[in-house]
Amino acid sequence: MKSFVFPEFHIIRDEAKCGQCRGCERQCAFGTHTYDPVQDRLISDDYKCAGCQRCVVFCPKDAIEVRPTQSPYRQNASWTREKMEDLKKQAETGGVILTGCGNDKPFRIYWDHIVLNASQVTNPSIDPLREPMELRTFLGAKPDFMEIKSEGDDVQIETKLSPNLTVETPILFSAMSYGAISYNAFRSLATAACKSGTFFNTGEGGLPKEMREQFGKCAIVQVASGRFGIDAEYLNCAAAVEIKVGQGAKPGIGGHLPGEKVSGEVAATRMIPTGTDAISPAPHHDIYSIEDLSMLIYALKEATNYEKPVSVKIAAVHNFAAIASGIVRAGADIIAIDGLRGGTGAAPKVIRDNVGIPIELAISSLDGRLRKEGIRNRCSIIAAGGIRCSADVIKAIALGADAVYIGSAALIAMGCNLCQKCYTGKCNWGICTQDPRLAGRLNVDIASLRLSNLICAWSHEISEMLGGMGINALESLRGNRDHLRGVGLYEWELEVLGIKGAGE
Amino acid sequence: MARAHFADPHTKKTAQGEQRVNTAEIDATNMETKELNGRLRDLMLSGVQKIALRNVCGQRYIGTRLYNPERRKVEIEIFGTPGNDLAAFLFGHKIVVHGNAQDGVGNTMDDGEVIIEGRAGDVLGFSMRGGKIFVRESVGYRCALHMKEYEDKRPVLVIGGTSQDFLGEYMAGGIVILLGLGGKSHEGNFIGNGMHGGVIYLRGRVEKEQVGSQVEISPLDGADREIVDHYVSEFIERFPELGLNKEEILRDEFLRLSPRSKRPYGKLYAY
Repeated sequence: MKSFVFPEFHIIRDEAKCGQCRGCERQCAFGTHTYDPVQDRLISDDYKCAGCQRCVVFCPKDAIEVRPTQSPYRQNASWTREKMEDLKKQAETGGVILTGCGNDKPFRIYWDHIVLNASQVTNPSIDPLREPMELRTFLGAKPDFMEIKSEGDDVQIETKLSPNLTVETPILFSAMSYGAISYNAFRSLATAACKSGTFFNTGEGGLPKEMREQFGKCAIVQVASGRFGIDAEYLNCAAAVEIKVGQGAKPGIGGHLPGEKVSGEVAATRMIPTGTDAISPAPHHDIYSIEDLSMLIYALKEATNYEKPVSVKIAAVHNFAAIASGIVRAGADIIAIDGLRGGTGAAPKVIRDNVGIPIELAISSLDGRLRKEGIRNRCSIIAAGGIRCSADVIKAIALGADAVYIGSAALIAMGCNLCQKCYTGKCNWGICTQDPRLAGRLNVDIASLRLSNLICAWSHEISEMLGGMGINALESLRGNRDHLRGVGLYEWELEVLGIKGAGE
Repeated sequence: MARAHFADPHTKKTAQGEQRVNTAEIDATNMETKELNGRLRDLMLSGVQKIALRNVCGQRYIGTRLYNPERRKVEIEIFGTPGNDLAAFLFGHKIVVHGNAQDGVGNTMDDGEVIIEGRAGDVLGFSMRGGKIFVRESVGYRCALHMKEYEDKRPVLVIGGTSQDFLGEYMAGGIVILLGLGGKSHEGNFIGNGMHGGVIYLRGRVEKEQVGSQVEISPLDGADREIVDHYVSEFIERFPELGLNKEEILRDEFLRLSPRSKRPYGKLYAY
């Protein structure tokens, strides 16, 4: 059937600069560029281009430019180009439209409507370059009260403390599974996490055996509805265990790693036969209630001898705060909430773009709810889904989070340009693919350096902003909404966020 | 509160009188789950190989806290009724229950063996990926869900009676055998919904309407018969009190339920 869809990108080649080296042809797994030996020139097919910019960056002669095309249709606010073309694709195939990365629709980004405070004259600001600044964060349950015993100078804590994760900076790498991303990308995240004193999350694809000894100590291992790659050794080698209930990009639905991506190594790590679909059902079929969830939380605590905090990850949806309260009472030490703009390797577009609520509102209502119920100390909150810079991190913490997960930001640091074709398995940047030729393009040393640089840069910026507010420990900013003001927000939004308008 | 009566671990001669096995006993009367499992773990680490648990009543996760990198193995005998998630994440140990079991037996079990001299509840063998479970009587809903296999790790579930709805949903590997003993007919629905791996053998009849659309019902071939023969023998060995005759069981009609495709959702997407 003839496709009626127009190309999204236009490739402009400067023939005067092009040296016919065919580098672009090799770089593109989508087959966009081909060499024509008769004319001795490269021909580019706009229809195949994903807009990932790989060929542009790697053209030694700077001869290629890839630009988004203008909409060829008559302007129509209702029937946008995207709506029309998705519809055409469905008319041509009868299938569900898949996509990757996070929600790209113009929902209000509250981070950009919140401003931070700074000290002027009173409560003088602190210079983090000269004075100690504490970003270290402990994730896990804290006791309701603490009994101490002191004899002379010796002070002992009498209360038995729950296991906590110690992060040197409140930024963790979000769950991205080996299988969804390449081995090199996975290992880069692990390497950077260990180097930066933080944690990476294995996602639900297991943790390759050879990585367990070296990287287990900075791993949060996930237990999701597919239960892939889970055995007692996997659980025990890690620093913490996370039960994945939901994901911001696709709340309420399961996952599905297509058989093409289940290579020999992925199969070994997930412990399923090569080439079969790895299906994660929408719910955990042993969890139909808070009581069932509690049973799994304690099964995992038993399986790890009560030595590791257990986290529960849910997507932020309409009444999630009440659910989260149940999750805390069920025994979770950490709650990870993933907002509307959370990323994914593959999700139905209709779900990604229409389900869930923005993370900014979610953090605030969760923190508020747990405080009101007097159980905020019993768990830590990790916020995820749309954290783009250090300012987003610090605003998340002031709204009530303990730390954040970054996913898309980490991928962008490694080279991702958010072309949203992750689900094709043809990532030219070697990140979201199992093709050894493509995956080999990502150098673990360089990618992990880019990641640890990012963490280092954001941590400095967080210290600067904290110091500017006259605060010398992140602890003092947590849920401290007096340091935030809203700009251009409605009354109800300010109320949900629990912040005042600017100037108030 | 906990009247934990502990026999000192001692060495005794087994029936064969050759190998010396360290055994111990715990009286679980009024004992909390956490305490019981802590004691079990301590006994395993102290070198005890066989542990009898008396007066068990609803304590959960028995066997779950016995992971050890040295791969020590213990045998646990349970007198009474263990609670939910018995043998969850089980790491190669053996558990015999002299009685019924509740929900979640063998949840994400890795290896080992569980024998239940009675019936078991819902969600038995959920995401089980190795080892064997034998249940003398029938089981509840959602059993053998998403069981999976990899290379030589192939979980086996043998059920003497039958099961309720959703048996083998999302099943991705392993072997499930329903013997329908005592003339039990298979009345469960939605059997093998979304199944994309593994196999269910069922003695007796099942209607097409009872199984998921991804499931094919076929007669057994030679290889299937060998598997069924093998596990029926193992079942009989474990429950001698039933006085079963293998030939009589195997003489009856068996059906094989297997997935039509390893890729049930391959054609769902536009691109």
